[in-house]
Parts: sequence; C-alpha cells; structure tokens
Amino acid sequence: MSNPDSLKLSAENFDAIDQIVNKYNSDKGAAIMILQQVQATYGYIGQSMLERISQLTGTPTSELFSIVTFYSQFRLEPLGENFIQVCHGTACHLAGAERISEAVQHVTKAKPGHTSPDGKFTLEHVACLGCCSHGPIMTLNNETFARMTPDKVKKMLHQKVADKGFVNSEGCELSE
Amino acid sequence: MNEHANSTSADKSGVTTVVNVGLASCGIAAGAQKVYDTFKTALEGLAVELTFSGCMGMCYNEPLVEVRSLNGGRYIYGKVQPEQVARIVQEHIQGGTPIMDWVVYSDRIKTPDADFIDKQQRIILKHCGVVNPEDIDSYLSVGGYKAIEKALKSMTPEQVIEEISRSGLRGRGGAGFPTGTKWSFARKSPGREKYVICNADEGDPGAFMDRSVLESNPHSVLEGMLIAGYAMGAENGYIYIRAEYPLAIKRLKIAIAQALEKGYLGSHILDSNFSFNIMIREGAGAFVCGEETALIASVEGKRGMPRIRPPFPAQSGVWGKPTSINNVETFANVPWIILNGGDSFSRFGTENSKGTKVFALAGSIARGGLVEVPMGITINEIVYDVGGGLSSGRKLKAVQTGGPSGGCIPASLADTQVDYDSLKKIGAIMGSGGMLIMDDSTCMVDVAKFFLKFTKSESCGKCTFCRVGTKQMLKVLERITNGEGRDGDIELLEELGQKISAGALCGLGQTVPNPVLTTIKYFRHEYEAHIFDKACPAKKCKALISYQVLADACKGCGRCSRECPTGAITGEKKMPFTINQEMCARCGLCISVCKFNAITVTTGKERGK
Ligand SMILES: Cc1cc2nc3c(=O)[nH]c(=O)nc-3n(C[C@H](O)[C@H](O)[C@H](O)COP(=O)(O)O)c2cc1C
Ligand code: FES
Repeated sequence: MSNPDSLKLSAENFDAIDQIVNKYNSDKGAAIMILQQVQATYGYIGQSMLERISQLTGTPTSELFSIVTFYSQFRLEPLGENFIQVCHGTACHLAGAERISEAVQHVTKAKPGHTSPDGKFTLEHVACLGCCSHGPIMTLNNETFARMTPDKVKKMLHQKVADKGFVNSEGCELSE
Repeated sequence: MNEHANSTSADKSGVTTVVNVGLASCGIAAGAQKVYDTFKTALEGLAVELTFSGCMGMCYNEPLVEVRSLNGGRYIYGKVQPEQVARIVQEHIQGGTPIMDWVVYSDRIKTPDADFIDKQQRIILKHCGVVNPEDIDSYLSVGGYKAIEKALKSMTPEQVIEEISRSGLRGRGGAGFPTGTKWSFARKSPGREKYVICNADEGDPGAFMDRSVLESNPHSVLEGMLIAGYAMGAENGYIYIRAEYPLAIKRLKIAIAQALEKGYLGSHILDSNFSFNIMIREGAGAFVCGEETALIASVEGKRGMPRIRPPFPAQSGVWGKPTSINNVETFANVPWIILNGGDSFSRFGTENSKGTKVFALAGSIARGGLVEVPMGITINEIVYDVGGGLSSGRKLKAVQTGGPSGGCIPASLADTQVDYDSLKKIGAIMGSGGMLIMDDSTCMVDVAKFFLKFTKSESCGKCTFCRVGTKQMLKVLERITNGEGRDGDIELLEELGQKISAGALCGLGQTVPNPVLTTIKYFRHEYEAHIFDKACPAKKCKALISYQVLADACKGCGRCSRECPTGAITGEKKMPFTINQEMCARCGLCISVCKFNAITVTTGKERGK
C-alpha cells in the first residue's frame, strides 16, 4: 500500500491518462494541468504514471518529476481511505492548529504529508483554506469543519477508525 | 450591502418574499448548506423564492440567512441552525413578524451589530452577499456588464486608461503600483498578442478577500478583466487561482460559461470589434507563484521560479508577450470606476491612497469577517468600531498585516492610518488585505517563527540569500523558542534580516525578514525573556512551559487522565490529579476537556513550582 510502485497500472488505468493527455495536450504549457488531472483521477502520481505521461507528451520524465516535487499539491504516495487536511494558515495557527494536528496524528498514526501505516488516513498540512474566521479549520474527505478542538478531533476520528462509515458530525460542527 | 432588493424574482408571479442563504465556503464550513436544504423543504408550496449568495461579510455570525420582502424590509438572521428554520418560516415569512432576537442586521432597525456594516464603505463588496454568484442575470439586474458596455460604446482605450489613472487606483495585490500606469505600459508595448492575468493566488495564509469576492461576485472580476483587455489591446486573459479554493474555481467556470453564452465574452463582444477570452489556470500549492514572474512561469506549465526584472511583464510576460497582471480586488474596482468616474473614486481615501480596501479580519476579533473601509481609516477604528473589539475580552497586543511579507503593528501604534505610506513608515505593509488581530495571549517570537517556517519552506531555492538565509533565521528562532537562545541572537537576526532583504532576487526574499524585524523592533523584551529568562511570557512555547493541576480546583473527576494521549496524568478519583512532567507532551488536551479550569500553565521562574 505504501509503496506506490507496488501498484501496477493495468492497461485500463493507462486509458484515463491517455484521455487526459489527449484532452489537454493541445493547450500550450499543459504539463501542470495534465498532472493535476491525473492526480484527481488516481489520488496520487506514481513513477509509472509519470513515465506514461512522458511517453505521450514528449516531456522528459525528469522535467515532470521536477514539477511534481516543486508544487506541494502533488502526492507521490497513494491516498489513504480518508483524507484529512489541517489548516496551518496564520489565523488557524493562532487559534491552535498545532494541537489539532497533533491530535490527528495521535489518533491516526499518520505523519503530515503521509498516509498511516494501516492505509486508513492521509494527513496533509495546508496553508489557509480561506475560512480564517472560523479556525482552527480541518477537512475530512473534503468536508470542512470549523472551530476544531483536540477533543472534537478525537471523537470524530475514533468513530472513523471504529466504524469506517458515517461520521456523526454533531460534535464537530460550529458550536458556540 | 445593497439597499434595494435586486432579485430577479420580484416580478415572478406572486413572489413577494425572498430567502437568501449565504453559501460561500466560510458559510458552508459553518453549516449553511444544511440550513439551505432545510429551508428548501420548509418553503415547499409557499410563494417564496429561495436563493443563495456568497459571503455577506459577517463571517462571525454564519450561517447567515436574509429574508427580504418587497415591502417589509431586509432582515438578516445570524448563526442560524436548521432547527430554527421552522420558526422563521412560520413567524416571519408567513406571519410577517421578524424574530428580532435572532436578527443581526436590518435596514429597519439598528441592531447591536449594525456598526459592522454601517461603518464600512462598500464598493467592491456592494453586491457580495446580495447577488447569486451562479446566475449572470442576477449580476445583470444590479447593473452588471454596464461598465464594459459604456467603455466599448463611448470610450477609447486611452480614455479608459485615463479614467483609471484619474481614480488613483493602486494595485491591491500588495505592492500598490498605479493600475492606470501599468495598463498604459502594456498598451504601449509593441506587438499584437497581449495578455491580461488575474492574480487569484491569494498566498497570504490568513487572508480570504479574493476568495470571497470570487465566490460571491465572480462576474465583477471578469468584467474588470474585460475592461483591462480593451484598454491594453489584449484578447486573452488568464485567471491564476489557487487549488485550495475549489468553490471559487467552480463559480468562475460557471460565470465564464454564462458570460460566453450571453456574449459578454468571446468574439465581437456587444457587436464591437473587441474580442476577449478567459482561461483558468489552477495553482498547485506554491506561495511564490503569487509573485508575478513566478506566476507567469507557472501559467506556462513550468516550475514557478521567479526571475529578475526587467524585463517587466508589461514588456515580456506569458509566452514572451506583453502582459499585465493585476490582483482580483484591483479588477473588481474597475467596473465601478468606469461607471461612476475616476473622480468619484478618488473622493474616498487619502492623498496617495485612493478608494477603499477590503480586509479579511480574523484572529481574536469579536466580529471577524470581510470588511471594506475607506483608505485612511485607523487600525483602531477597524478593530473597535467595525470589528467590535477583541473576541476574547483580552487586551489588543498587535495587528498583523501583509502576511509573511508584512509586519506586526503593536497596539501602541494602532492609531496609525491605513494607507500605503503610513503603514510602510512603521515597518508594516498594506499587503493584500489580511488583517490578524492578536491578543496578549499571543507569543510574538512564535509568530515570527511561524512566518519564517512558512517562507523557508516556500522559498523556491533559486537565490542563496533567501534559500540559506531563511534557513539560518529559522534555526536561530527555533533555538530561542526551545529555550536555547544565546546572547547576541537578536542582533544576529537583525543582521541576517537586513542582508536577506538587500540581496534576495524577488519580492519573497526581500520581504521575508519583515515579520521578524518588526517583532524585534516592537517586542524586543519578549525575545529577551525567551533568551535570558527562559520564559515565554505568553505561555505558548512548549519548551518553556509546564502544565500543572491546581489542587484546589481539581475535583478528581479523572477526565483529563482518560483523555491524555501520553498517559501523563494520574491520580485517584475525587482527589487532585498530578501531571508527570517527563511524560507530558504539552498538547493542551487536558485543558480543553477540563470542566473546572483546574489546569494551569506556568513558565520561567514560576515553572514547576
Ligand atoms: C512572494 C510574493 C507573493 C505574492 N502573492 C500575491 C498574491 O497572492 N496575490 C496577489 O494579487 N499578488 C501577490 N503578489 C504581488 C504580485 O507580484 C503582483 O505585484 C500583483 O499581483 C500585481 O497586481 P496589482 O498591481 O493589482 O496589485 C505577491 C508578490 C510576492 C513577491
Ligand atoms: S488560516 Fe486557516 S483557513 Fe485561513
């Protein structure tokens, strides 16, 4: 799970890459857009994907790799079952983002920028999600949660660990 | 906010009431989507139009719901929960009696929060929170696209530039360069192929003006870009927007498609000879890409590395062609100026800073949100009159503007006017509009370290001053906050800061030291406390604090012990618990769960007593 290359891409998987490249390659300077679409489809960008894109576009793999490593949006590891972002923008930092992140790491065992050993959680630090008046902000599977506390994190994630399913957002919503 | 009910629905048969839910990403984070859905069910079968808008500005009161009747005024409800919807429908919408306890703003009566809106001067935000951002007709109904029509039908490109110059508009992205001058450079550059770029990278981590404008009134930005294109002689535009703003991207795509369909974009706009297209480029999470030359490299699909200027983008920008880059808010000002005239605009503001400025007010502020104020207002007025003072009831310590490139203004200088020159004079900058209010529980050394950590990881690595310099500065700040600071560290930081500013290649490196230098300038004693007393006066720096149970207050409930992630808290039920300092990770979970305020934080000499 944690080794991207262990995931061998089938011909079917390559199809999506082929389609993406076809769609965007006529645009000038499409490399970033292609990589973004590939990541949106697969959740990450693996070595074999870079090679395929390189074959199709003629851009050297090394150049693609240099782009992927420059921009923090790109992931070289597969996503876990759940995707968590903790905002570390200035407002959230002042509101205690560090503690939120620690609580997440404690429960999930995922390190920032990585996926937990059990493959259940990927944790990412981001700089500002634009909801600064409601910090600390955290997202779980692209749903945004405001005014987080370590306690709310624990409740919310323990539930995810336990039942894998529906998160009862009661404890996690904006409350006074 | 707009005084007249604009809705397209006014003439729909029998509809006399409109319910408008604020659905910008801030509202949605606060739970507004559920409120909207609840209204949808509750209003079924009633002659009421349910619509949504972007950000009404009062983020601190979200979710926000506006009820406006053709003859009954406007009422905005704050912090609306789904359970409250039924009563609003029954008593207000059906019964005609607003529930005043829940109303936070109205054009009929003065609410306690009214100053938040009334003390503002809204040009850019006038229609934010009013129009439906996903419906071009809604924008048209408030005079949208009238400015480009006026420009195309009755003004030459030179006259447009002249009007913008006369308004005194300066770039809102941070540097404050006169917009008219920038456009005229790009117009005069030789060549037929030219580009307009909208900088929507909004890199300042703690600012959300551009996101709000794009989510609330995207057409106003498109219209500003169209006018810029006409003025410069460009036929293509890019919007470079950060990927962290998915809703803004979605609404921009909708807006572009609708504008194309209605003929406000594309070829021969409004039957003129002017054609213009807009493409979206999503950023990929690199702060430096907000810098214009790095942004251009990124638009071209490359690593976002800045380059030395000149040549300036106006001479050689995207694909080597003349390019003018402006910020979202700069563009959003343009339609208003064209419609109302440059002179009307320059009536707001000060000698050298005209018009208004939008700020994203956040941090320890009672009324956090999006505010638009005339240039020249003082920081105190923003914090106390508009913002309602501090949220924590604590004392104001500092105000941070300009994010990682900006500075921390101490409370003692809070009567400083907000304009480009006055802020610069005290070592801060206007910035793009992030304004963070810090109370006395904030550690200024920690704030400086936070920004340095950010900029160090965002430095592109091209020039040595920035790459190595930020690393060194961070190292010093880290040892200071770790309790290992040395005599001479403050002077070392000052020296490094001055050298990096002078030597760095781009605006990032040149401004990186600002947060450190201003905090040293105004809060030197705090650095000294960390270095010499091994104390963090604000009790924030982990290496310098201890958590302790107050035996008198502890009821022995054991909650902290159960929650403590490292098992550092032990004790017997109904007896005061104790914290093992070796095991304590200082995560603060115990404080957040203790119901009796029985846990305290100590530092310096007090520590461990
Ligand atoms: C490191 C760095 C980051 C920047 N980030 C932004 C940004 O996020 N948004 C922005 O509009 N301008 C940003 N700028 C300023 C731009 O380089 C440029 O001056 C601006 O977009 C010009 O538009 P304006 O004249 O309308 O202000 C940044 C500059 C630097 C040096
Ligand atoms: S700082 Fe966290 S959302 Fe802006």
